[in-house]
Amino acid sequence: MSQPPGTAKPMDVRIIVPKRTPHRFYGYGIPGVDVHKLAGRLIVVEGADGSGRSTQIRLLVDWLESCGHSTVQVGLKRSTLVSEELERAQQGNILSRTTLSLFYATDFADQLEHTILPALRAGQMVLADRYIYTLMARDLARGMDERWLQNLYGMALVPDVVFYLHVAPEELVQRAFAKYAALDYWESGMDLGLARDMFDSFLKYQALVAAQFQRLQQLYGFQTIDGQRPVEVVNAELRQRIEALLAGDSTQTG
Amino acid sequence: MTKTFAELGFPGRLIAVEGLDGSGKSTQLYLLKRWLEAQRLKVFFSEWNSSELVKSATSKGKKQALLTPTTFCLIHATDFADRYERHLVPLLRAGYLVLCDRYIFTAFARDIVRGCPPQWVRDIYSFAALPDLTFFFRADLEVSLARILDGRPQLKYFEAGMDLRLSTDPYESFRIFQGRILDQYLAMSEEFGFVLVDANQSIEAQQTVVRSLVAERLDLPSFAHPNLVRYNRAAATR
Repeated sequence: MSQPPGTAKPMDVRIIVPKRTPHRFYGYGIPGVDVHKLAGRLIVVEGADGSGRSTQIRLLVDWLESCGHSTVQVGLKRSTLVSEELERAQQGNILSRTTLSLFYATDFADQLEHTILPALRAGQMVLADRYIYTLMARDLARGMDERWLQNLYGMALVPDVVFYLHVAPEELVQRAFAKYAALDYWESGMDLGLARDMFDSFLKYQALVAAQFQRLQQLYGFQTIDGQRPVEVVNAELRQRIEALLAGDSTQTG
Repeated sequence: MTKTFAELGFPGRLIAVEGLDGSGKSTQLYLLKRWLEAQRLKVFFSEWNSSELVKSATSKGKKQALLTPTTFCLIHATDFADRYERHLVPLLRAGYLVLCDRYIFTAFARDIVRGCPPQWVRDIYSFAALPDLTFFFRADLEVSLARILDGRPQLKYFEAGMDLRLSTDPYESFRIFQGRILDQYLAMSEEFGFVLVDANQSIEAQQTVVRSLVAERLDLPSFAHPNLVRYNRAAATR
């Protein structure tokens, strides 16, 4: 646990105990899991690379811990089981779309069963830096069957809340250059052959993915957050929404 | 998918063998391959759980007992998808006879025994077309068990189904596990039109059944390697 930031008064020992809300899976779920024992909360932050996800999650962790909540973080390509192999596969760009999709699903399932579910059973706050929606949006942009994806990710737990940090592709490209002075192969959708040059491809691909996110929002009910505002402003909004969630305000949940 | 490669208009044909460990199916498929190769036909052989990249993750998962029924299912599906998209489909497009030592039915049987939702598993594999011919080698459970247990006294954790906690004794666990898989195979035999081969017979008797059926169901000369035919002619006239 880090130093409590100024957001909590040093002498304040009152901690809000979150109200229990029932959890469920999107589809068949994971065999043998009792959803009634999942006491913690699953908070998902979605958005493109450069939308500020990691920064926001870092600030939320500091804040939640200073408020007395134990946190656990998960993200894509972080499983013990396949993260290395997945990284290698992407470097070599040798896997076709169904394979890559299933490989990511394996990575997700491993983290779901070995990190997310145990943490929720222990009553912790799980912060997910991306979840199934990014995986689905990427696959949908590659023309994969939506019903097939819905069945596959029927194994996923429905989060307590999903925030989608929305940033326009033109702004994302500027942020990517400011940070790395280069565009990422996969984030530019170069495997799709959308354009000859990477800049055009990036803009087209990000627009395609954003359009898929919009469709998914209607299905899964994310809370869209304007990610083009200053970091503190975005964070204040997220904190306010999470506070409402922990207090049991059902109008705030997705 | 509920269609075979022939029904989907592929020029190639896929032949799959299924059965318990120790049913002798791999031996039979190998002998079939040798026979087809001797006729100079376009043949490709593919084995379950053999994609290079995925294999390293699978063996790590197995060694460290990291796999759950869900990840066990998904990692094998990833392996299958890799072979399907990179090898099987292109070769079947090119008119090959593709021989598969285990196909999606292995996943259906094992994953369902491990407790995965049957429809979830089937839908995951719905991108794959059905084989044009599936042989199921049916040996008595005791015969299969004896073949495996005689040769290899050490049973591996997942192979014995130890993750299912059926028994603390690996041999007992293996027996129960294989028995349940056999039940699953038999339950889907009719639905997928398995050709049942009595695997208690001699190797030669089984191979006779396999070769006659392949010759009867497929127009074998049409799978000749065109380049090879041309090459052989050229060599003969030289």
